[in-house]
Amino acid sequence: MEYVNPEGLRLDGRRPMEMRQLRAEIGVVSRADGSASFEMGNTKVIAAVYGPREVQNRSQQMNDQALVRCEYSMANFSTGDRRRKTKGDRRSTEISLVIRQTMEACILTNLMPRSQIDIYVQVLQADGGTRSACINAATLALADAGIPMRDLVTSCSAGYLNSTPLLDLNYLEDSAGGADVTVGILPKLDKVTLLQMDAKLPMDIFENVMQLAVEGCKAVDSYIREILLENTKTLEIHRGV
Amino acid sequence: MLKSKAFSRQTRQGKVVKEVREHYLRDDIYCGVPYCYNKKTEDNDKGCDISSARLSDSPSTTILVLDTNVVLNQIDLLENPAMDNVVVLSVVLSEVKNKNIAVYNRLRALCSNSLRKFYVFSNEHHKDTYVTAMAGESPNDRNDRAIRKAAKWYQDHLGDAASVLLITNDRENKKKAIEEGISAETIECYVKSLGQPELLDLIVQPPSEDVIMDDVEDLRPSKRKVIYNEHKPMSEITSGLLRGLLHQGKLRVNRFNPFEAYVGSESIGDEIIIYGRANINRAFDGDIVAVELLPQEQWHEEKSLALADEEDEEEDVHLAPNSADDAPRVMNQGQTAPEETKPSRPTGRVVGIIKRNWHSYCGSLEPMPMPAGDGGRAHALFVSKDRRFPKIRIQTRQLGNLLDKRIIVAVDSWDRLSRFPTGHYVRTIGEIGDRDTETEVVLIENDIDARPFSAQVLACLPPLPWSVSSQDLTNPIRQDLRHLRVCSVDPPGCKDIDDALHCMPLPNGNFEVGVHIADVTNFVHPGTPLDDEASQRGTSVYLVERRIDMLPKPLTEDICSLRSDVERLAFSVIWEMTPDAEIISTRYTKSVIKSCAALSYVEAQARMDDSRLVDPITSDLRNLNKLAKIMRQRRIDRGALTLASAEVKFQIDTETHDPLDIGMYQIREANQMIEEFMLAANVAVAEQILKHFPLCALLRRHPSPTKEMLEPLLRTAEAVGLSLDVTSSKALADSLDRAKGDDPYFNKLIRILATRCMTQAVYFCSGDLSPPEYLHYGLASLLYTHFTSPIRRYADVIVHRLLAASLGIYKLPGVFQDRPKLTSISDNLNYRHRNAQMASRASVELHTLIFFRKRPTDTEARIVKIRSNGFIVFVPKYGIEGPVYLTPKGDKGGEWTVDEKQQKIRKLDGSVSYGVLGTVRIHMEVVEPQPNRPKLQLTLV
Repeated sequence: MEYVNPEGLRLDGRRPMEMRQLRAEIGVVSRADGSASFEMGNTKVIAAVYGPREVQNRSQQMNDQALVRCEYSMANFSTGDRRRKTKGDRRSTEISLVIRQTMEACILTNLMPRSQIDIYVQVLQADGGTRSACINAATLALADAGIPMRDLVTSCSAGYLNSTPLLDLNYLEDSAGGADVTVGILPKLDKVTLLQMDAKLPMDIFENVMQLAVEGCKAVDSYIREILLENTKTLEIHRGV
Repeated sequence: MLKSKAFSRQTRQGKVVKEVREHYLRDDIYCGVPYCYNKKTEDNDKGCDISSARLSDSPSTTILVLDTNVVLNQIDLLENPAMDNVVVLSVVLSEVKNKNIAVYNRLRALCSNSLRKFYVFSNEHHKDTYVTAMAGESPNDRNDRAIRKAAKWYQDHLGDAASVLLITNDRENKKKAIEEGISAETIECYVKSLGQPELLDLIVQPPSEDVIMDDVEDLRPSKRKVIYNEHKPMSEITSGLLRGLLHQGKLRVNRFNPFEAYVGSESIGDEIIIYGRANINRAFDGDIVAVELLPQEQWHEEKSLALADEEDEEEDVHLAPNSADDAPRVMNQGQTAPEETKPSRPTGRVVGIIKRNWHSYCGSLEPMPMPAGDGGRAHALFVSKDRRFPKIRIQTRQLGNLLDKRIIVAVDSWDRLSRFPTGHYVRTIGEIGDRDTETEVVLIENDIDARPFSAQVLACLPPLPWSVSSQDLTNPIRQDLRHLRVCSVDPPGCKDIDDALHCMPLPNGNFEVGVHIADVTNFVHPGTPLDDEASQRGTSVYLVERRIDMLPKPLTEDICSLRSDVERLAFSVIWEMTPDAEIISTRYTKSVIKSCAALSYVEAQARMDDSRLVDPITSDLRNLNKLAKIMRQRRIDRGALTLASAEVKFQIDTETHDPLDIGMYQIREANQMIEEFMLAANVAVAEQILKHFPLCALLRRHPSPTKEMLEPLLRTAEAVGLSLDVTSSKALADSLDRAKGDDPYFNKLIRILATRCMTQAVYFCSGDLSPPEYLHYGLASLLYTHFTSPIRRYADVIVHRLLAASLGIYKLPGVFQDRPKLTSISDNLNYRHRNAQMASRASVELHTLIFFRKRPTDTEARIVKIRSNGFIVFVPKYGIEGPVYLTPKGDKGGEWTVDEKQQKIRKLDGSVSYGVLGTVRIHMEVVEPQPNRPKLQLTLV
């Protein structure tokens, strides 16, 4: 199938190096300590953060650092056909783990010993790249909760179809069977905290694709910072400073 | 700008789901017009970027915007250079893609052709030309509206600078366009305004305007009736297929009898035969059709009808076939005997066509008198050169021009009322009978790409002059074998030498024998344009007067060719053999060799025969020959068949390229010697690659012939009192050896007839079949592949890669992990291989005709088949076969009777009789029954 036509447009009208439209909102769940929703095109996720708070299960408590927990789930209505999803299936367990590890790498856990941070992410609408969207939403929510972090983690995916590296695959491109590289970075520190790929790619092509994904992460980062800044400004106004 | 597109789709399980997709609208899609006034400049970055503009830079040329129906119907016209400066909208492209992928590919080719001014405008993603479907609007209407909107946008965008013309044959669309202030025209009016009358022939006439055609039909009221049954609607076909009432398959028309077709059906697991034009019901060769089986009692009587039908068709003299695939399918006439009334094969009729395989056909117009009013429209019947296709009715305004020409015609439609399909003229190739024209026809008919290699392909070649570098010599994967006394033996004048041999006596009395094959894969890397091109071409094609290479000439004739006295890279198979030709060890390596002699078969043979010569090369050759004879004998003992074919060789005049002489190709011991070692190398490589890659090795198999296929051979043998045992290849080989008549040619003739009953060997991917099916029947080998001619066959290139990977030299390219891809590659190789053979045969036939045009000859011929009004003879000297009629055409026998059992034809008074395999003297002469249509005629002397 033709995923990039000779005019250089993808099926949805983007060019290979373009991302889908980003949209984010902070403070969507007022009960949580921090929350955000994040959209990449038709992929929409919501994240809520509780903590740092007392560890619920005493046996898990650590004396030198905070415990980070993460739960990923997909809403039953997130894909077109309504399907009852069992909680804790392999896929969501894996993604929960991936998100937890990525976030743990940037939270300054040693500042909050004997405490626990819970991150809940839920996919409201799935159209490819859910794990990237979840990480971006979780970053925003953590920032909203005021949890100390080394840097903002941002994530983006890239793929390789029709001999062209493509940024930010949607569901149609994702299920084409090509490689799908998901990258998470700490943009200020220029460090990679997450790198996943299914399928195979030759080394030189992989490097190009990964580079593209990193560029995508940086673009997401600048957007997230803009949103945070805007949010802070509104808070300022509310406080009447 | 973001829009979302929602639509419903039915999944494979039959569920309906709603899909929502994003649809981005952009402002960076440009008009593609070089003189655009709103172009991008330093102070206007919102304007059009004209660097990629493809349309004409003169504002006086009209910009054409095409409607979908115009593209779908008039693609032949669009391919004519007169149609240019065209804007192709993306909505049109996607509609065309959904309706007809072949037309889509041709349109895409036009858009990417740098000589043509076709510009793709992505109107669906342009912010100003995108239209959303209105409530209740059909997709078709929406698309028409999108086309109008885009045309309007072009008009407004360019202002008065240029004229934009919407071309549509949809009356409604045209009316609306004019209402909206867009200039619109039908294709006929536009072409007429160009003032080139020959272009009008290219226009496909819409069926509704076929009034004049009906007038012609009215002149023959008897014909003005429904000739064919109606095709069933698709819904009925689908349900019929589901319930098992109908059967689906690809229709194959008998190459020698257009009124007989076969449909290979998976649901029955057998071929369904379809007899007669009415039952074939307007299906073409290659169409996917739905077939209904006839009741069993009708399976028989159809057969005799078809036979009667067949007699009307005249048979031409043609080259003697080499395998069952080339030969006419023989109907089991023996079955007419009363004890065998149970018909063995199902018969059916076509009730619907699921997918058409219409393309364009090569041929000429049926001769006809010029109509009175010259210059006007005339109707003519086009006769395809390939007899599998029916005549096609076309309209032309240049009848006088076309009558003596080979032309290409495309089919447009075929309704129930007309006997023949309607089509239109596409282009002229040249004069009938002209050698270049006829050669081009041969190439087109066999789908052979004879175009020069593209610049991208040539860019993959190493720089010339090329020589072995020190890097190659020091490369650890490459062994330096330059010290060996290597020589090659090939046909005289061979420039693409891909194999060479050496033979060295070892101190222990054994021999080291090496087969060195040109290392083509060192230059052809997977995934390069060069590799893609070679894999598409599949094989080199050898015509009588020219060769169409698979690889560009520098590779074929220089860099890869193992010429004498130059260092060349090779892939070697080296054996240690005892003097009894037992293989002790085999090793494979990449190497550097330096051939010390490039001999021809004649030279090699002369050297071996001349007992005075004792130079090292000659003694090597003698040793090789000794080993080869033992290996050959062993192979024959295993049951390999010695088959025979009637290959002929032309001597061509170097200046006029006319054939000077024609004769049987002589096979010498030297040929057999080379053949033996090539077979051994191929078998050795097949074993090695299958061991390492049991699922993705490319092998070659030759299926055992079925009893049915050997039937004609057995019948002929029986008639001359010979009994053949066909239970196994060994038994057949033995009984062929025993078949010795009183004349020396008898044995060869029987072998030729046996060869004809076999199918051809085919390439396959080892994962697709089970090991017992790998068998090569003709060579009596459990495994076989092609390794020894990588310059001229792509299969060998693949095998080289596999072998290199099995030795750990290179990594296995990614394709080999993709089974369906691999299968499609091997299918393509089989197709190309077969076409290349057909083309060579057609080229030989053409030259035979040219040769005999000036030289009527008397010669000896052998009868190979008896017909009711004559017999088919085979002329051994020229390798051709053709009919000799005893009774004039149209006269239904009478004087002559045929004895089926003894295969004899007798005169009623018993004075003369001819039996199968008998010798007759015939006269060969080229006659022209119709002007410009020469054919070879055989008559009894």
